[in-house]
Amino acid sequence: MELMLGNKAVARGAYESGVKVATAYPGTPSTEITEYIANYDEIYTEWSPNEKIALEVAIGASIAGGRAIVSMKHVGLNVAADPLFTVSYTGVNGGLVVVVADDPGMHSSQNEQDSRYYARAAHIPMLEPADSQEAKDFVRLAFEISEKYDTPVLLRLTTRISHSQSLVSLDEPLPISIKEYTKNPQKNVMMPGMARKRHVFVEKRMKGLANDSCEFEINRIEMGNRKIGIITSGIVYQYAKEAFPEASFLKLGMVHPLPKDLILDFASRVETLYVLEELEPIIEEQVKSWGIPAIGKELFSVQGEYTANMIEQAISGIAVNTQPAEELPNRPPVLCPGCPHRAVFHTLNRLKLTATGDIGCYTLGTLSPLEGLDTCVCMGASIGMAHGFEKVRGKDFAKKMVGVIGDSTFIHSGIGGLIDIVYNKGISTILILDNSITAMTGHQDNPSTGRTIKGEEAPILDLVTLVKAVGINNIHVLDPFDLEASRKILRDELEKEEPSVIIFRRPCALLDKSESLPLRIVSEKCKNCGLCMSIGCPAIQKLDEGMVIDDALCNGCGLCERVCRFNAMERVDL
Amino acid sequence: MQSINILIVGVGGQGTLLTSRVLGNLASDLGYDVKVSEVHGMAQRGGSVVTHVRFGNKVYSPLIEVGKADILLSFEKMEALRWVHYLKERGMVITNDQSINPMPVITGAAEYPDDILDGLKKSTAEVININALDIAKEIGNIRVTNSVLLGVLAKYTDIDYKNWEKALSHTVPPRTVEINLKAFDKGYNARG
Repeated sequence: MELMLGNKAVARGAYESGVKVATAYPGTPSTEITEYIANYDEIYTEWSPNEKIALEVAIGASIAGGRAIVSMKHVGLNVAADPLFTVSYTGVNGGLVVVVADDPGMHSSQNEQDSRYYARAAHIPMLEPADSQEAKDFVRLAFEISEKYDTPVLLRLTTRISHSQSLVSLDEPLPISIKEYTKNPQKNVMMPGMARKRHVFVEKRMKGLANDSCEFEINRIEMGNRKIGIITSGIVYQYAKEAFPEASFLKLGMVHPLPKDLILDFASRVETLYVLEELEPIIEEQVKSWGIPAIGKELFSVQGEYTANMIEQAISGIAVNTQPAEELPNRPPVLCPGCPHRAVFHTLNRLKLTATGDIGCYTLGTLSPLEGLDTCVCMGASIGMAHGFEKVRGKDFAKKMVGVIGDSTFIHSGIGGLIDIVYNKGISTILILDNSITAMTGHQDNPSTGRTIKGEEAPILDLVTLVKAVGINNIHVLDPFDLEASRKILRDELEKEEPSVIIFRRPCALLDKSESLPLRIVSEKCKNCGLCMSIGCPAIQKLDEGMVIDDALCNGCGLCERVCRFNAMERVDL
Repeated sequence: MQSINILIVGVGGQGTLLTSRVLGNLASDLGYDVKVSEVHGMAQRGGSVVTHVRFGNKVYSPLIEVGKADILLSFEKMEALRWVHYLKERGMVITNDQSINPMPVITGAAEYPDDILDGLKKSTAEVININALDIAKEIGNIRVTNSVLLGVLAKYTDIDYKNWEKALSHTVPPRTVEINLKAFDKGYNARG
């Protein structure tokens, strides 16, 4: 038995299933799946530029005859939705598993959409494990189902499954060989004539699966006390077991399609039936549509996570006090000490610019005191949105605003927006915050880093050449810590009636190996003006005795030194 | 046996994750069912972080409920107060004496509370306050503050020192084993 993260267990499941190709774009809480898979020499693994491409590579691998797995977070599935809906029609050759990690409670996401709707909408079966052992076992089962029923299979995780560790017993990898590939346009070319026939197949397939799923071991009844019957799946099963260990359970391992007869049977054997599911009432609405009385969202919210306490309280009606004793100051996440983005946001703040933002560590630049961003919607949106601002508010407004995007996000889906600006004669100034890594998700490589997920050397995508090729004539590469040059070039570029791109390049502070001594404020020189506080560095604090730098937090980047007008900082000689 | 619930809290970047993994491996070595719930992603960037460690004969949920933690191990003082309602009656708080100001305090929008230990003592008589950061500084690396705290925690359990040593050695990066063991020992023998 090994203690494993749910994400690591998925990786182990892929290995045991004889997977040939694994692809992904990083996204919390799914990222570690593919990082762990990359440790298996037997599996070709890649970070793809975005989730759509990751799925397309996996579909190609599947049709070519190998087993393939692709992983992403819930919003990544939106990006990959186009191929997803049609690979449902083509089906597979080698098994194809699409792992999607939802984030109820939005620990690290911009929305809390429920990916189970995709399973229903695209007519694709979906499995949902409730711990790490099941995460591994369900991957193996997903590949069996995929090949038996000629369908991609969705594996849905949630944050608490992905990022919880529990014990897993390991199995030997299966001897899976690559299947033969034969050209088959009737199955693999989805033109209208072929697609109409395949749609008939899809409906038949899902009907068959719905029937068979009543016999699947992963949909299991655990009879206990008949007063309370609970239909549930995934992590909520664990919360409910914690709250009502004596109740009767129908634990669903497959959440689409649902085993109707099994549900009817279970409902007939219990007095009060509850459907417990985080986010949307997807199981509940289907159960009720079959005329089965059940209680679900009458007692629970569609927002956030469930807890054992919450379930106990809702069903028993006995209040449990879960409120903290006192109100304390919040501790929102912050840009790290030494973060290169801090300097950019300091500059934007000084120039009082409007800024459309994007997804990454730099989204944290929105918070006080930097307050550098006006918007954040989805990966790549900053560029298109800047263009949209200009088309409503005109060129004078565009001269006082920027779009802000990171290197990995720009490659993911920002480049298309830039092409749009050039093509449709916009004048936006776009800032690419290039720390040469995908940082927020835990430092994954991308086409601009010169390394693959396996640590092999790779060609470095040259952002300057790329930007030039789409028709941008005004391009600068700057160190964001050069505050004077940053201000000057920004002002110049904003004035131009042409689009510009400024690449602010400096490595992520957590990866920058150059060691600097921490700084200290010399109290005799410090005028207590508070200017150094405006950069929002967590190491700088204003105490009763004056301004102080916490040497346990300071990484010695020296941005405060550049901002200070009284030369009041000095290096501490440890 | 009833499950043992240990809640580890602190500020993203302080090393709570590694500490919870040592505890998880320790419980697994001892033959218990175990679940550990971690925080990844955005909160790791200096936010308030919490990891849950539960072990016993059978553990369902990876999360500790409010009012059910046996031990609250806090890497930062105010975070101890933020999570103290998770403690069961007569549970124990072990907190690092370190204060890290959150951004609302730094910007002046909020004040850092000055009576944290009193606040903690309202919930339980068992409050251990220890300056693990200073001990780590003495050893020469502030990054082992977490192992100092783990040592303090170990002293209040009836699990053998040798088992702790083994779990710690197997969990931390190989080249840091020695300094982490040293930090653990200092914590184990520290006066709280």
